[in-house]
Amino acid sequence: MSDIFSILADHGLLLLIGQYPNGPVGGLVLTFVLSVLGIALAFPLAVAIALARMSPFAWLRWPATTLVYLVRGVPLLMFIFWVYFFLPVLTGQAVSGFTTMLITLVIYQAAYLAEVVRAGIEGLSSGQTEAARAVGLSYGQTMRKVILPQALYNMVPAMLSQFVSTIKETSLGYVIGVNELTFAASQVSSTLLTKPFQVYAILAATYFVLCFALTQLARELERRIARRRAGVTPSRRPVRSATPVLTDTPSRP
Amino acid sequence: MTSNASHAAMISFKQVNKWYGDYHALSDIDAQVARGEVVVVCGPSGSGKSTLIRTVNRLESIQSGTIEFDGKDVNAPSIDVNRFRSQVGFVFQSFNLFPHLSVAENISLAPTTVLRKSRREARERAVALLERVGLAARADAYPGQLSGGQQQRVAIARALAMDPPAMLFDEPTSALDPEMVGEVLQVMKQLARDGMTMMCVTHEMGFAREVADRVWFMDHGAIVETGSPDAFFSAPQSARAQKFLSDLRSH
Amino acid sequence: MKLDLDFSVLTRGDYPQWIGHGVVTTLELTALAWLLAAVLGTVLALMRMTDSRLCKAAVAAYVEYHQNVPMLVQIFLWYFGIPSLLPESVQAWANAVGGEFMFAVIAVGLCMAAYLSEDLRGGLRAIPRSQYEASRALGLSYLKAARLVILPQAARIALPTMVNHTVLIFKNTSLAMAIGVAELTYVTREIESQSFRTIEVYLLSTMVYLAISLLIMAGGAALEHRYRIRTR
Repeated sequence: MSDIFSILADHGLLLLIGQYPNGPVGGLVLTFVLSVLGIALAFPLAVAIALARMSPFAWLRWPATTLVYLVRGVPLLMFIFWVYFFLPVLTGQAVSGFTTMLITLVIYQAAYLAEVVRAGIEGLSSGQTEAARAVGLSYGQTMRKVILPQALYNMVPAMLSQFVSTIKETSLGYVIGVNELTFAASQVSSTLLTKPFQVYAILAATYFVLCFALTQLARELERRIARRRAGVTPSRRPVRSATPVLTDTPSRP
Repeated sequence: MTSNASHAAMISFKQVNKWYGDYHALSDIDAQVARGEVVVVCGPSGSGKSTLIRTVNRLESIQSGTIEFDGKDVNAPSIDVNRFRSQVGFVFQSFNLFPHLSVAENISLAPTTVLRKSRREARERAVALLERVGLAARADAYPGQLSGGQQQRVAIARALAMDPPAMLFDEPTSALDPEMVGEVLQVMKQLARDGMTMMCVTHEMGFAREVADRVWFMDHGAIVETGSPDAFFSAPQSARAQKFLSDLRSH
Repeated sequence: MKLDLDFSVLTRGDYPQWIGHGVVTTLELTALAWLLAAVLGTVLALMRMTDSRLCKAAVAAYVEYHQNVPMLVQIFLWYFGIPSLLPESVQAWANAVGGEFMFAVIAVGLCMAAYLSEDLRGGLRAIPRSQYEASRALGLSYLKAARLVILPQAARIALPTMVNHTVLIFKNTSLAMAIGVAELTYVTREIESQSFRTIEVYLLSTMVYLAISLLIMAGGAALEHRYRIRTR
């Protein structure tokens, strides 16, 4: 245990902010920056992809569907390598690991988020769309003013979950040398040589605290939204049952 | 409504009490259902009628008193609860058919697993029962493909498959669309005419008047009034029964 | 941008063998990790169904840990961290038998067990209480009711998510390259660094991953269709 404290004392700063100020920011801060930027940039792209997926025009639908299936079927690591090798070719200049990771995360998360957005939109009753069109709103206006605001509100917990996924995915930056938290930890471990378990335990614990806190936040939000929704829509009872199904003494709730 | 009612009771409640925490759900229930008798239990919602019927096959527990079924104490520790339950036919308000099994499989499930009958034997019996409820042609359909009334009739056949000496019905038609109530009541009336001992929680007064031997009126966990259907419906004695009937008729 | 594609390079020398070996290793990793995850996941789901608060808390903690720590970090913890805690003799044995593969299977399997157990749990919770009551009312015992009525329905409900998680297990095997397991991604990088035919080899590997993922999803869809609960 004392090992852990001494490691944190000696190398905590490295894990937190990387080489800064002797180099670019790294460590946990970089992880966080990468995640926030990643999900923030992915979001508008995700809405576009979702709308394309649901569009009646095949020329919009097919590319969007293909992207989603690609992302579902190909490991993130392969994506990272593709971007790593071909972004410089496309742009003609060297691309940093950070940019590579960011672009990969944006595309990858946009595809997953698009499914979340799609589920959110399709989860709204069709009555909403019908009512909006019935008073004369166009498709675009219906989407912007009626559907998306409601759908997005309902989707906040799912989006938080995707944010947590993004944080976990930044760890893959290790493989291309991005100095995020996992890479920083591996450097600390190779410096110390004899305490790999302690270092990686700290690493796991850091991610755990961050992600667990966000997951709990998402769950709390989900509860609140469900409560709100129960008051507004004609009730469709949640599937959750209060009592476990397989206890031996059944009793009326 | 049969001529075969023997003297020994099929179901008897003696000083039965049940609490949910502080809430007194059943209070001092003393009553009997004779063999071959058809009893209708009615009352306002929350009166405990569903709870009462569910204590007979131990879907609900009781804190004091004795319940006897076919001469045996239902809550005796020596009883094999599964064996016992297989001998009490129970029909639920929401049918509760098993959606992943066909109609015939639903009916054959208990005979094959509890009575260890052969598949063929159980299926023959299932088809015979389906004929009895008018659904022989749907033996290989799935519950999801049937209407509510059809599902409930299958549920009745499923309960009959174990040859129970008595059948319990917990609001069997309350979850049905009005046009399907008739087909289920038809089956129940025929069962009654064939001499089955029945205890039914129901709001269907027409059914009660036609085939019931007695009506038990419950309110706030107690049996407030009993009587023949004619007497009860035309001239209820207690104020609460009068209010209940007038509420029932006014909608 | 000039595309000078020459796929024939991939058919020369040892490359086909390497690729084949990579695919086989990936599939082996997937299969073993899946087995571990499925068995352990079922045990965890059943533990959560018991009345013991200790069991429930333990499973909840297990699931939370594995779902909130990145897969790569879990692999590192197992491969770099755990062996340092084991006695010398065990470490030597692990090195001799190719510890990377073993630890990769353990790490991915244990992590995905958490996900699969949540899938099963969701399936079980979705079955209305009344199904259980109806089977007990017929005289079926607790175990028979579980086996014949509850679990068949729960499995059908959990199937789509479990198929998704199976694809996830398959994709996660690529992370094993970070500890030196010669699965498909590792092999791809090796060939690329030797032959400089970047597009060709990456295209090939991507196609392989995509094909197998789609196969798993199609298989899952076929299973779902075969066992679907029939309605009008």
